[in-house]
Amino acid sequence: MIRPSAGPSNRAVEIGTALAFTAAGGAALWDSLRLGIGWGTDGPQSGTFPFWIGLALVAASTGTLVQAARTRGELGIFASWPQLRLVASVLVPNILYVAAIPFAGIYVASAVMVAWFMRRLGGFGWARSVLAGIATAVATFVIFEIWFLVALPKGPLETALGY
Amino acid sequence: MEELGLLMQGFAVALEPQNMLLMLVGVVLGVLIGVLPGLGGANGIAILLPLTFAMPPVSAIIMLSCIYWGALFGGAITSILFNIPGEPWSVATTFDGYPMAQQGRAAEALTAAFTSSFVGAFVAIVMITFVAPVIAGFALRFGPPEFFAVMFLSFASFVGMSRGPALKTLMAMMLGFLLAAVGMDTVTGQLRMTFGSTEMIRGFDFLVAVIGLFGISEILCSIEDGLRFKGQRAKIDLKVVLRVWKTLPRHWFLAARSALIGCWMGITPAGATPASFMSYGVARRMAKDPSSFGKGRIEGVIAPETAAHAAGTSALLPMLTLGVPGSPTAAVLLGGLIMWGLQPGPMLFVEQKEFVWGLIASMYLGNIAGLIVVLVAVPWFAAILRVPFSIIAALILVVCAIGAFTVSNAEFDITLMLVFGVVGYVLKKLDYPLAPLVLALVLGDRTEEAFRQSLLISQGSLGVFFSNWLVSTIMALGIALLLWPALSWARGLLAGGVLRRPRPA
Repeated sequence: MIRPSAGPSNRAVEIGTALAFTAAGGAALWDSLRLGIGWGTDGPQSGTFPFWIGLALVAASTGTLVQAARTRGELGIFASWPQLRLVASVLVPNILYVAAIPFAGIYVASAVMVAWFMRRLGGFGWARSVLAGIATAVATFVIFEIWFLVALPKGPLETALGY
Repeated sequence: MEELGLLMQGFAVALEPQNMLLMLVGVVLGVLIGVLPGLGGANGIAILLPLTFAMPPVSAIIMLSCIYWGALFGGAITSILFNIPGEPWSVATTFDGYPMAQQGRAAEALTAAFTSSFVGAFVAIVMITFVAPVIAGFALRFGPPEFFAVMFLSFASFVGMSRGPALKTLMAMMLGFLLAAVGMDTVTGQLRMTFGSTEMIRGFDFLVAVIGLFGISEILCSIEDGLRFKGQRAKIDLKVVLRVWKTLPRHWFLAARSALIGCWMGITPAGATPASFMSYGVARRMAKDPSSFGKGRIEGVIAPETAAHAAGTSALLPMLTLGVPGSPTAAVLLGGLIMWGLQPGPMLFVEQKEFVWGLIASMYLGNIAGLIVVLVAVPWFAAILRVPFSIIAALILVVCAIGAFTVSNAEFDITLMLVFGVVGYVLKKLDYPLAPLVLALVLGDRTEEAFRQSLLISQGSLGVFFSNWLVSTIMALGIALLLWPALSWARGLLAGGVLRRPRPA
């Protein structure tokens, strides 16, 4: 059984994040050196400013990394597993939503996501959830495509309807 | 007084029927944004910004700044009734506001919060009216080195004055600068840090980052607690308002001190959130019976609300006069100026008189409108939080996606927003500050430009940043602030405390 207070430790996440920052800084340093960090014909070369920024980033993240790694005692947990499961219950559908937009268009995807959230997280009945999803899509369509004349990503359904 | 004449012209602009309507729309939207979790001043404005391109700039900024005032007011509603701070700066308001609501004094707490918000904002606007032209006039003499120094100072003050770990502030800031540099270098035309990706050539738009960092991540953070809103009911009637207003003048000194703290913290880019905590802390320390704070004292509502609103408002002063915003929301507004084709900085006061004074006049009117709207409509706004979180969360995620897309009509931006959302969630949980990241992302290009131009003037010598008394003073101040955490750390090390001291949670 998982204890309710179990979860990834803060120390591990701290170290991981600091490493990611270091990597970002390192990538910046590498790219800046490629561009040149000296004095060009028209002033400082393109890499100069990012180079110093990258250097500061690497230095600061190394400091944080050392601090996190040296902390021995209990730093507590980042979040408990049940909490992370709740976060995933929002995040995973949202990732699928974003992935579906290029194919299905934003309206259909939004309708499905609203209906899913209401059914799974809110415990509403299917009929009400689906109706609310469709209502959201129609309202968004009227506001953006018709009032503000902003074209949002559309899919096969909108094409079939003549938009 | 030249300012008063210009201000009157500004009122003429702000009082045009179209602008009055936009003001009202802005305030109502703003309160709504302030009440909803996951939508705040910064990302609410970021989402709506692309819809304002067709408007005249002065109308657009009036609407967007009124959203900001509305959001400042709105944060207090959820803090007091639901014990959920709708905005980070209203965290301190929950300490005494929620206990008051539990004791059945919700209406009293809300009236006090709204009124003191208004007072704080009013003091800040009067300050802006008279101080801004002076600073702008002074800054007209600034060259690239001075501008770089001012930006250096404001970024250094993040490091020196932040409550969190200094190294993490620095890391967040540097990440912002790097993200700003991605894409085409406007001076040499070379591609930087795109690593062969065509999507990266456009660079990172700060609006997309703001929507992800403040919107998506906020939803992820709120869902962790399996959010169930349990709130107190409140209805404000005129009798309560008048009764509370009768007692408020007694607290004039508290309000004046809190407003001063707020103005100061707002101008230096520390922002509204620390201002509200500081003001609350000072109020408690100075009280005769500090132990009664946290149990429902009206002073515990007045102090943070006055300071937060004063800070939020005065954050616009450096944004207007120097082009250096004092808060993430001001940074988004600054991004708006650039998009509408206005050049931020002291020249605004010379070339765009109508715009600047229309905005300042609208601050007076917008806050009056805000006060009336929140006093009248509190029950309706509170009712929004009775809508189940599953529906609100889904709708906010949809709105965020649409907002990210409309920034530059790119589907890739929606993916980026999601990535920023997850990054923001992790950073927030690890106590990394997000404000310096956003400010660096907004100001990155202009900071670099000032840096390059300065070096061009001096033919590559860094001595240009110490070439006269003005730029040297600003730089020296910045360096002092930057070294402040290192100095206090070293002092702790000498005392032998730093190794054994438990890390603050």
